[in-house]
This record gives sequence, C-alpha cells and structure tokens, in this order.
Amino acid sequence: MSASHSAHGNEAPYYYVPADSPHPVRASFSLLLALLGAALWINSYAIGHWVFLLGILSLFVVLFGWFGDAIRESEGGLNSLRVDHSYRWSMAWFIFSEVMFFAAFFGALWYVRQVTTPWLSDLEHQALLWPSFTGTWPNLGPAGVVEPFETMGPFWLPTINTALLLTSGLTLTIAHHALRASHRGKTMFWLAATVILGFTFVACQAYEYFHAYHELNLRFDSGAYGSLFYMLTGFHGFHVILGATMLTVILFRLIKGHFTADHHFGFEGAAWYWHFVDVVWLGLYLFVYWF
Amino acid sequence: QVTDMPGGPRVNQLNLPPGVTEIANDIMWLHWMMLIICTVIFIGVFGVMFYSIVMHRKSRGAKASKFHEHVGVEVAWTVIPFLIVIAMALPATRTVVAMKDTSSADLTIKATGYQWKWGYEYLDGAAKDVKFLSTLSTPRTQIMGTEPRSNTYLMEVDNELVVPVDRKVRIIVTSADVIHAWMVPDFGVKQDAIPGFLRDTWFRATKTGTYRGQCAELCGKDHAFMPIVVRVVSQEEFDAWANEQKQALASAADDPTKEWTKEDLMARGEKVFAANCVACHQANGKGMPPTFPPLDGDEKYVLAPKQGQIDTVLNGHPGTAMAAFRDQLNDVEIAAVITYTRNAWSNAGKGPDPVVQPADVTAQR
Amino acid sequence: MSSVTADHVPASHGHDDHHEMPRGWRRWLFATNHKDIGTMYLIFSFLMLLEGGTLALLLRTELFEPGLQFFQPELFNQFTTMHGLIMIFGAIMPAFVGFANWMIPLQIGASDMAFARMNNFSFWLLPVGAILFTASFFVPGGATASGWTMYAPLSLQMGPGMDFAIFAVHILGASSIMGAINIIVTILNMRAPGMTLMKMPLFCWTWLITAYLLIAVMPVLAAAVTMLLTDRHFGTSFFNAAAGGDPVLYQHVFWFFGHPEVYIMILPAFGIVSAIVPAFARKPLFGYASMVYATAAIAILSFLVWAHHMFATGMPVTGQLYFMYATMLISIPTGVKIFNWVATMWRGSLTFETPMLFAIGFIFVFTLGGFTGLIVAVAPIDIAVHDTYYVVAHFHYVLVAGSLFALFGGAYYWLPKWTGRMYDERLGKWHFWSTMISFNVTFFPMHFLGLAGMPRRYVDYAAQFTDFHQIATIGAFWFGLSQILFMYVVLKAYAGRGEPAAAKPWEGAEGLEWTVASPAPFHTFVTPPVVK
Ligand code: HEA
Ligand code: HEA
Ligand code: CUA
Ligand SMILES: [Cu+2]
Repeated sequence: MSASHSAHGNEAPYYYVPADSPHPVRASFSLLLALLGAALWINSYAIGHWVFLLGILSLFVVLFGWFGDAIRESEGGLNSLRVDHSYRWSMAWFIFSEVMFFAAFFGALWYVRQVTTPWLSDLEHQALLWPSFTGTWPNLGPAGVVEPFETMGPFWLPTINTALLLTSGLTLTIAHHALRASHRGKTMFWLAATVILGFTFVACQAYEYFHAYHELNLRFDSGAYGSLFYMLTGFHGFHVILGATMLTVILFRLIKGHFTADHHFGFEGAAWYWHFVDVVWLGLYLFVYWF
Repeated sequence: QVTDMPGGPRVNQLNLPPGVTEIANDIMWLHWMMLIICTVIFIGVFGVMFYSIVMHRKSRGAKASKFHEHVGVEVAWTVIPFLIVIAMALPATRTVVAMKDTSSADLTIKATGYQWKWGYEYLDGAAKDVKFLSTLSTPRTQIMGTEPRSNTYLMEVDNELVVPVDRKVRIIVTSADVIHAWMVPDFGVKQDAIPGFLRDTWFRATKTGTYRGQCAELCGKDHAFMPIVVRVVSQEEFDAWANEQKQALASAADDPTKEWTKEDLMARGEKVFAANCVACHQANGKGMPPTFPPLDGDEKYVLAPKQGQIDTVLNGHPGTAMAAFRDQLNDVEIAAVITYTRNAWSNAGKGPDPVVQPADVTAQR
Repeated sequence: MSSVTADHVPASHGHDDHHEMPRGWRRWLFATNHKDIGTMYLIFSFLMLLEGGTLALLLRTELFEPGLQFFQPELFNQFTTMHGLIMIFGAIMPAFVGFANWMIPLQIGASDMAFARMNNFSFWLLPVGAILFTASFFVPGGATASGWTMYAPLSLQMGPGMDFAIFAVHILGASSIMGAINIIVTILNMRAPGMTLMKMPLFCWTWLITAYLLIAVMPVLAAAVTMLLTDRHFGTSFFNAAAGGDPVLYQHVFWFFGHPEVYIMILPAFGIVSAIVPAFARKPLFGYASMVYATAAIAILSFLVWAHHMFATGMPVTGQLYFMYATMLISIPTGVKIFNWVATMWRGSLTFETPMLFAIGFIFVFTLGGFTGLIVAVAPIDIAVHDTYYVVAHFHYVLVAGSLFALFGGAYYWLPKWTGRMYDERLGKWHFWSTMISFNVTFFPMHFLGLAGMPRRYVDYAAQFTDFHQIATIGAFWFGLSQILFMYVVLKAYAGRGEPAAAKPWEGAEGLEWTVASPAPFHTFVTPPVVK
C-alpha cells in the first residue's frame, strides 16, 4: 500500500504529500457503478439494483482502505501542524456546503408556505382554477389529489428527539474535555454514550415514520407538505446516521489507542459534524414541527 | 422568395419590431437609450485601449512607466458608472410599473398553453364564454420542404385570437401541462404560462391588423410549432365576430346523451385524433416509443376494457407526456377519438368494447 | 503584488519524503501530483469541448435552413440541452480547475495541493459524469431534452436520460465541492512564508473567491435536482401545483445556483487576464487592491440577483424592480476591472504575443457581452428578448469570448511552463485571428435574430430569419475548425517540438511560477521559498 513509505526519523515533513494512490479512481469507479445501477433501477431495469449494490459495497471497501491510509499517516506522525490546519479548514468548509444543502430545502419550505400557498388560493385562482381551495397550511393540494393525512406535531416524539440530540451534544463535549485532559476511559465512556444517543434518535425517527405512515397516513406523496416533511427530516436523519457512524469509528480508534490530548483532529472533526447535525435539527424542530 | 411577414418578423430585421402598443414603444425607446449609452462607453474605453495599443507598443520604443495606483481615478470610475446605472434604471422603472399594471381591463381573455397549441377563452365582454383552440396551420409538406414555404411559415394558426383595437386587453395565462410562454413581439408582451397558476399581462393595440408571436418557453418536442396569432379589429367587427362565434357555438354543441353510430364516431374521431393526438402517437398509431407509446396493437389500454382508456384520456398520466384532455375535449369528442383508436390500423375487431358512447365518458367524468 | 521575488530558487530534486515520479499508467490513474492532475483536467475539458462543440455543430446544421432537414425536434432538443450541460459542467468549469491545479501551488510556493488524494478523486469523478451524460443518448428516449436548466415540469416528462443527467450533475457537483475545498485550503494554509494574501497573484485571489461561490451554490443545485428526482420517481410534489407545489420554486432554487455559476465561469478568467496583461505591458497591474475588492463585490452581488432569469414568470412589480436594480449594480465592479486592465496597458511597453492577443480579445468582446447583459437586466427589455437568440448571443459573448478566450490565453501563456517548449507563435496568432473573427461571425447575427423575435431552443424558424442563421452556421463550422489548429499547436509543444523555453520566457512576467525551470519539475517548492 502506498502510504507505507514514511519519513525517516521522527520529524514530520514540512507538508506531507501522499504518494500515488489507487483509492480515488477506484472510488470513482464504484460510484459510477452505483449511479448507473440506481438510474437503471428507478427505471425498472431489474439488474439495476444489483449493479447499485455492487457499486455501494465496493465504495465502502475502497473508503475503508482510503481512510485506513489516512489514519496510518496521522498516527505515523506524518501530519505536521500545517496538515492539521488543512484538515480543520476543510472540515469547516465541508460543513458549510452541507449547510447550504439544507438551506435550499428550508428555502423551499418557506417559499411553498409563504408564496405558493397564498398565491394558489387567491380570489382569481379560486374563480378560474381551483374553486374552494382555501390555502391553509398544510393542505391537500388545490386539486384534491392528495389523500387526507394528519400532520406530525412536536409532541412527543420530536421533543424527545430534541432532548436526545441536545444531550448527545453535551456528552460529546464532556468526552472532548476528557480527551484533552488525557482521561481515555472517561472519553470512551462519554463518546459511547453519544453514539448510543445518536442511534436512539435514529430509532425514534424510524418509529416516527412508521407511525406517520400507518396512523397519520402522512406519506412521501402527501402533497407538498409530505414532500418537504420527509425530505427535510429524511436528509437530516441520514446525516445523523453518517455522524453517528463517524463517531463510532472514532470510538474504535480510541479503543485502539489513537489520539492524544493535543493531536486528535479526527475526533474534533466528527464532533463538529455532530454539532452541525444538532443545529439543523433545531431548525427542523422549529419550522417543521412547531410552526 | 420570402418577403416581410405581415405582423411578424421582417426579412433580416435588425432591431425590435416597431410595435403597436405604448409598452412596445417604451421598450424600443429603452433599448435605444441603453444601446447609445453603452456604445458611447464602449467607444470611450476602447478608444483609450487602442490608442495605447498603437502608441505604447514596444516596437515603437515605448518605455513602460511604473504607476499602478491612483485613488482619484479609481473612485471616479466607480462613482460615474454608478450614476449612469441610476440614470438607466429610472426610465426603466416607469415602464416596469406600467407593464405590471393589469388593472381595469376592458376585456379579459384566458390563454391556456397545451402541448402544443393554445386554448383561448373570453371571460367577459361581447364574446363572453367563447372558447376555442388555436393550432399551427402550416402544412407538414412545407415543414418537410416538399412544398415552398409561405411568408407566414410557422406563424399561422387555424383559429386566430380576435380582439378590439384601442381597448385594454388583459390576458390571463396558464398552462395544462408544462411551462409555455405567450409572446407577441409587436405588443411588447411575453408571459410564462405556469401549470396550475394564473399569471397575467396586458396590451392595448393602437392599430388594427394581424400580429404574430410564438411560444417562448421550451415545452418539449413541438415547442417551435405553437404560434400565437392575434387579429386586432375595430370594435364593430369584434362585436360581429363575437355574435358569429356564439351562434356557431350553439349550433355545433354536441349532444352527449345521444346514441352515436360507429361510423359517425369513427369519422369524428379521426378529426379529433388528427388535431390532438398525432403529434405524439403519429398518424399510423405507431407512436415514438418509449416517450410516446404506440396505440396500434396496444394491449394495455386500447385493446382492453374501455374504462382504462377513458380514464387515461380524461385525466392523462401525470409525470408523462400524456395530457389530461378533460378540459380540452367534450364527451362526444372523447368518445369519438377512443372509438377511432379502437378500430383504426390493425386494431379493428381485436379488443373488447369496440364502440364507446359519449354517455360512457360522462359516467366517468 | 507588485514585486514578488523568491529568496532562493528551490532545488528541483526531491526531498526525502517525496517519492519518485511513478511510471506508466499508474502515474495518471493514481496521480497525487498537482501538475499531473492539472494536465488531466485540461485534457479532459478539451475533450468535452470537442463533444459539446460537436453537438453545437449538429444543431447549427439543422438550423442552416428553415424546415426539418436532419433531426427530429426531440433529438434537436437533446442536442441543445446536452451542448449546454457538457460545455458548462464538462468543458469550462473543469478547465479552470485544471489551471488552478497547475498554477496555484506554483504561484504561492506550495509543494502541492492540500489534499493530493482528494484532488485525484475530484478529477476522476469527472469521467463518471461525462460517461453518464454521454450514455444518456443511448438509453430509450435518449438524453434529456429539457434544456440545461432542466425546468420542471418538462423535466418530469423526460425518460431515463433525465436520471442519468441528474446523477451526473450530482457527481460533478461533488467533484466541484471537493475541488473548491482543496483550493481554499491550499491558498489559506500553504502559502510560502512572506506570501501575504495581498501579495498573491490575482489568479489565486479570483480562484479563492470562486471556490467560495462553488461550495455555496453547488449544494443548492444538488438539492434542486434531487427534488426533481423524487418528483419523478418517488411521488413527491415539490413542483406540482395540483398537490400544493410550485414549478417556479424549481426556478428559484436553480437560479440561486445558476447565477453565481456564471461568475464561477468568469472570475478565474479575470484572474488569468490579470496575469497576462501586465506581463505583456511590462508594467505592474493597475489597481491590484481594487481588483480584489471588485472580485469580492461581484461574488457577493451574484447571490442577490438570481431572479433576473425569471422576469417573464410574472413576479410582483417590487420583485422585478429589485432584481433589475441589483443586477445592474454588478456592472460597476465589472467595469472597474475593465478600466484597470486598460489602465495597465496605458503607457506600458506593449508586445502582442498570442496570450496578449487573447487577453485583449477577451477584454474587447467580453465587454460587448457584458453590455448586452446589462441591457437584458433592464426588465422591460428582457420581456422583449427573454428566451430569444438575444440571450443566446449574450451568454456566448461572455462564455465563449469570455471564459474560453481567457482559457486559450492562459494556455498559451503557461504552455512553456507546462511543456518546456515555446509554442509556434505564428500558428498561435493564426489561431487567435481565426477564432476571433469566426466567433463574431457566429454569434453577432444572433443579436439581430433575438431582437426580431426568434425564440431560442427552436428546431425550426420563420423563413425571414434564414440569412442570419446561415451566417451563424458557417461561422460555427469555421470556429470549430479553428480549434483543430489550437490542438495542433498544443500537441506540437507537448511532443517536444519547438524552441526550449527558458524558466521565464516572457520578459514582463512576474511571480513564483517563473522561478522554477521549464518544464516545471515534477516536485517544486518542497521546502517553501521565502517571499519578500
Ligand atoms: C460567464 C458568464 C456570464 C457573465 C459574466 C454574465 C454577466 C452578466 N449577465 Fe448573463 N447570462 C449568462 C452568463 C453570463 N452572464 C448565461 C449563461 C445566461 C443564460 C442562461 C440560460 O437561460 O440558459 C445569462 C442570462 C442573463 C440574463 C437573463 C436573460 C434572460 O434569460 O432573459 C440576464 C438578465 O439580467 C443577465 C445579465 C447579466 C449581467 C447584468 C451581467 C454582468 O455581470 C455584466 C457586467 C459587465 C459589463 C456591464 C461590461 C463592462 C462594464 C463597463 C465597461 C463599465 C461601465 C458600464 C456601465 C456602467 C454601463 N444574464
Ligand atoms: C460554456 C459554454 C459554451 C460554449 C463554449 C459554447 C459554444 C458554442 N455554442 Fe453554445 N450554449 C451554451 C454554452 C456554450 N456554448 C449554453 C449554456 C447553451 C444553452 C443551452 C440550453 O438552451 O439549454 C448554449 C446554446 C447554444 C445555442 C442555442 C441552441 C438553441 O437554443 O436551440 C447555439 C446555437 O447556435 C449554440 C452554439 C454554439 C456554438 C456554435 C459554439 C461553438 O463555440 C463551439 C465550437 C467548438 C467546436 C465546434 C468543437 C471543436 C472542434 C471539433 C469538434 C472538430 C470538428 C469540427 C469540424 C469538423 C468543423 N449554443
Ligand atoms: Cu409551448 Cu414552447
Ligand atoms: Cu444571471
């Protein structure tokens, strides 16, 4: 494997540049398979979903090797302070791009509620296109093509979920302080607690969807409300899974003895991500469930 | 050889059309103003640049000076363009406000975009309740080039929109499928037709005559083939036209309760098919798979019990190009066209329910 | 950045931790070297220019005469759509990232890009996108025909080709975001000691700001096409009024991406021109600081003007006025740039090698495109010319004569550094003049067409428009053939034919890239130079 070469001595190079690596091109190829497969799959070609699975699986294998290399470099002392800075900047801006992704959906929510719905129900639209559409939010659509559903209020599941996520932010911070004070056992304990809280959140969310589908008849195709509800909470849930997985990896790395009190950006990066997921949830809690 | 199109583009026309509304004249004026200011700036800036290119070239022995900053000029060429832009925006603002003011119209017409034709409905005035479809009338032979092209090639329709001169006409634009745009350059009018929404625009034509435009928002295959033709006539002519239309409408009204013969349905259906369905499903019924499926030999709907096909024609298949025809065709027309497809080509005598009566359609509405 | 000089010219042989140059296919497939990756980007984008250009020629062929001669309307619309998508996402954007890869580390004295492996990933995602785009022509129903803007609900009617395009956009977006992060981090974190931000070459500055635009808007595009995808296949109704959605919502989200996107394609071009003009005027760039501020101003304003693409959708009068005013403001910082370049040339000692010709050509013709932009920004005029060939003329003036001309100029300027050879100056000049003239022959008549009311995305047109369309088609083929000349000139230099280039082949050039040998050694600035 390419990363096995290393600097002589203990001193980190000025800026470590990895040697040639097979991972990126393999990852690209896996993604090609995954997307080709997905495109075929959603257009009802049976092989599509096998191609998709193959792509996703090989992507995981490749990423495993890739991150392995990165971890070995970090633990091998190749990453000078400067490289550490690079990781910090990159994580920050990556999170910023995620913020923009969610912003687009929040923007859509705002637009549909504040612009589309009143517009569809103004007097002229009532007279000429959509008689009797009153333009309340949420609605079944002016054409009445949406099956009636009930909405998801803040009580109790979403509120419990809020508590779970907020607590997890707290436990994570405790873990971080412990790591900085070199209390490894304590770090692992609080980190494990965070991971458990995270996955509990996911479980609650799954239950909430189950509940919505079976008791509220609130579905992915429940008009604009259903679309926005599931896309916002669904993408968020997906990010929680991602974040919790990252934290799990960090936990395993701690168990393997990685990270020191002042060299643990892997931990911090995952933590930033977790806090970001947390903040997005607060937005959802307010604008999807409450108002 | 082509010559200028009446109410349409002139041969090698260089600028906006002269226009027959105040708004169109305003636009023309704004365009000239912008063009002149921009040309003056352009000549100024590039005059300096070309002077420098000629005079300060190394081959003439020019020595480079070293200056690379000057706060004074930098402020000046930030502030002056700012003032110019304000000067441009002021008259534009007036026109924007005028264009958007659709209030107190003398006549209101609803224009609906369909793939690929326009439907018009008079909402008030002498022609209230008159409605019709307006389809390209250029023959296929001209498009394929086997016949010489006329002067009004692609910008002529079977039923023109008729409006009175010197009246404020408000057009409410909407669409039944995808986004189209209702554009008539001579009026300075262009408004997107958004499915499910109403948007409006207006014009007050100052001269009688025929004015032509085209659909100006990509709407699929035949985007280039759904023109708009407006005939502006005097108020008297308009009233006469309106009466004529109303009478024709009354006498042509189909009676959906009557029992029709298969032959009559077939004859009527062939016409309906030619006007509404050929663009996609083709005259030979073979379609253009996979986007436009064949009807000839189709076992899912055509050679199957009638309910499925009636539903398809009434309500369309959302998310595909198959439109809902419930508002475009009446029950007789729908029954006729379905009967036609069930007996045309190689379908004759194959499936169940060879004849569909208007009453069947009424029942499923 | 008037005088950037390196304290010592670093040795070109590798430092301990720097590996040998890999050989054979591994060197390219597994590359982590910014120069190799840059080269791959440039080759890729040129191939995409050929593909997109071929599509343009196909559609121009159909438009040579009124009537349907060669292609059915559906196929024609596919050509238009894929031409737009491939040119923007395949040709222009990757070409600028290629320049960034090659030049930013050299200009700031860094040993490589901050994340060398991710850099390779960014590149290798591009062929994935290109394969998806290209393959979509061969699925049932063909490629998407809904325009590069993919407006709903038309895009909801498309066949599987649309899904290919959606996934391609996802992938290319991911590539751009990673590329942008890499560039930001490289610039913020890896500048050589003494290379303060305000000493950085403008190309780095414009790219830094472009990278911010990218990470801010590519995710928004991803969101837009994701909503299309779920509306198409999973029953959501974001863009379906009957169920409470709104087709215009798609346009808002798309153009929130789309307008900054056009500056993504022009700001790095400004950077390249700002490198070339001083070099051949032998005079420092006029108004360096104001150039930086103007770039930032353009970037900020670009987020506030998106709905000028939507004047015809029928927004309230206040919306139209606001978006008109905001849009018009952008001409002020852009004007500052034009004036600065002219002032740089003023009382310089000018020579006119090919890079300079393209830079001057850029300033001249881009300004024309900018003016037509300002004209369409005036809402009433836009109502008249929206979705006509006037807009097509506008954006080809800024994209072809803007972005593409700057790319050509930059390629000639840095080719000696890349290949170690001087290109053939005589042929380069031929390429310029042929490109410049054929460009105007192709696109100038489109202004007239648009003003006369010729709508865009039309497979067929009224016979009165014939002459201008014929001129445009002839120009397009001429333009295309001219690019074969460019290919020849570049390949010749790469093949090692031509005079060996000095480390600094241009008398007036400034910057760290000229302190290393030509061709630039595989590893440069392994220990950073000190900039005074
Ligand atoms: C590189 C790409 C690029 C660039 C730089 C620009 C620059 C500008 N664009 Fe353009 N534009 C596009 C690419 C670009 N555009 C594309 C691709 C489309 C169509 C998309 C589609 O629909 O498919 C489009 C469409 C488009 C529209 C919508 C048209 C329509 O669909 O109806 C508008 C409307 O306002 C617009 C405006 C502008 C303006 C005001 C600028 C300004 O930035 C220009 C500023 C420059 C100058 C003005 C010249 C120099 C200035 C001076 C010399 C100073 C002095 C001058 C004065 C004060 C007057 N553009
Ligand atoms: C950055 C981008 C870019 C570039 C470089 C170009 C380059 C060109 N574009 Fe365009 N174009 C767009 C971006 C771009 N375009 C966009 C975004 C649209 C809107 C799409 C939409 O509406 O959705 C568009 C739309 C568009 C239209 C309108 C189509 C329509 O509305 O139906 C036309 C029409 O003439 C056109 C023409 C051309 C031509 C002739 C070139 C030429 O400059 C191309 C020249 C290059 C070559 C020709 C290839 C090189 C050479 C060879 C392949 C060798 C073989 C050559 C020969 C044998 C001659 N383009
Ligand atoms: Cu209807 Cu274009
Ligand atoms: Cu724009």
